[in-house]
Amino acid sequence: MAEQAAAQTAEQPGKKPILPVFKLEPKPHLVGVKCSACGAVFLDTKRLACSKCGATGPFQEVQLSDKGKVWVFSVIHQSFPGVKTPYVTAIIDLPEGVSVKSNLVDVDPLELQKNPGKAFGMPVELVANVVAKDRQGNEVVAFQFRPSAN
Amino acid sequence: MRNVYVLGTGMIRFGRYPDKSVPELGAEAALIALKDAGVMIKDVEMFACGNLYQANAMVGQRILQQVGQTGIPVINVSNACATGSTAFREAYLAVASGMYDVTMAIGVEQMGKQGLLGGGGGGSDPAYSTEGRVGSGLMPAVFGQAGVEHMRKYGTTLEHFAKISVKSHKHATKNPFSQYQNEVTLEDVLNARVVAFPNTLYMCCPTGDGAAAAILVSEDKLKQFAAGRKRARVAASVLTSDPYTDRDLTLPDVNTLTRRAAQKAYETAGIGPKDVSLTELHDCFATAELVHYENLALCGDGEAGKFIDEGGGKHPDLGGKSPVNVSGGLLSKGHPLGATGVANICEVVWHVTGDERAKARQVPNAKVGMAHVIGLGSACTIHLLTV
Repeated sequence: MAEQAAAQTAEQPGKKPILPVFKLEPKPHLVGVKCSACGAVFLDTKRLACSKCGATGPFQEVQLSDKGKVWVFSVIHQSFPGVKTPYVTAIIDLPEGVSVKSNLVDVDPLELQKNPGKAFGMPVELVANVVAKDRQGNEVVAFQFRPSAN
Repeated sequence: MRNVYVLGTGMIRFGRYPDKSVPELGAEAALIALKDAGVMIKDVEMFACGNLYQANAMVGQRILQQVGQTGIPVINVSNACATGSTAFREAYLAVASGMYDVTMAIGVEQMGKQGLLGGGGGGSDPAYSTEGRVGSGLMPAVFGQAGVEHMRKYGTTLEHFAKISVKSHKHATKNPFSQYQNEVTLEDVLNARVVAFPNTLYMCCPTGDGAAAAILVSEDKLKQFAAGRKRARVAASVLTSDPYTDRDLTLPDVNTLTRRAAQKAYETAGIGPKDVSLTELHDCFATAELVHYENLALCGDGEAGKFIDEGGGKHPDLGGKSPVNVSGGLLSKGHPLGATGVANICEVVWHVTGDERAKARQVPNAKVGMAHVIGLGSACTIHLLTV
């Protein structure tokens, strides 16, 4: 549905997700595919086979939770040109049993370096942030995570 | 499978050689190894060449165009940081299988002052690049997180990681093949700029250029060519890829494939970690070295911090035990990607055979050496060499 909507509005610049697993409608969320044989969930839109058990499907598309918990992180001080540093990159565990990598925003990177334990298990929620404008003038939207109450 | 021996080794000092080509660097290492082996290029029956950044450019054949075009089968190998060690393994298998009696492996790379590795993506429009926007796929981030994971599980401290860097830099002062040969203090390491927490500058390996080569032979050819000289036997040659684990597709799991490779290597050689005299392991970052102490069973799970505090990993001359990366490791010796795997094997061979080239840092009574490499993506090789 989201792809059809994007195709219909291709003439006019709008918002586009940074990766196919990120859907902006009806509200920003990540999708995954679940192996019907073993239950493994992959952060992906389609798969030929399951890399956990080898089954060739069927795979069920699942909407992933917008809340998760930080497993580990790093504070990046040196990056590609144009990337503002320092920033926090983190591995977020989602309740569906899949993990996601993204920026952890609305935290003080240097404070986390002093107290890394504060990040472990930290509850976070997905936030959709515009990170760039593409050649067609579309706003590119990335999924990132910020601390949440639970 | 037949016994396979390392008849000759060659390595050039890792560093920066902007005025030389990749085939020239490889050819230099090849000629040293051939001379050390006491054979001619015409004696070599098969050649596996490891190189990453010119993987589409027939580096192996171009090396032979410098040292001797004998028409032998050449395979060009690419396997991330495990490229050189995978090439060595191909040359090993070619002899072990009985197909050939004399083979050559070379690892060679020219990186210059290339910066951060990995990451990127986004296709043709940089607006869709994910790096720094949906986390980081750069190597410093991956290995920073691997270190933070150990901190989370076991309370490992920054000082533990930093001590590894101090240790390996100290080791490098005895290795003329090392790109850097300077000491650093704990304060230097801890106060250096952070690249990706918890790794500071001196806890990250440099980029650079280099080459290393080995000549492998069957037992018959050993008798013919070695003429009583002490030569190392390949007691185990193991290659693994990353099995499915929960977070591997998000945060590359550098642990599980190393543990499996180590277990297989110990079983194959019929030895245990206590029997290993020295280890050259893949310390692309200080955090990597720490987790591999446990992955290679040099200490128990969760004990890497204690291992370091008690002198684990240090050269016996410095009062240490279970010496790790007496060459200076990737942190000091350098990490020209394709060359690293063969260079690690050279170092281990030199210690177990008492080679002149390791004299200044010889591990006393070295009988068995382990060479471990990880290529992210992932590939892990472990070679055990013994006399």
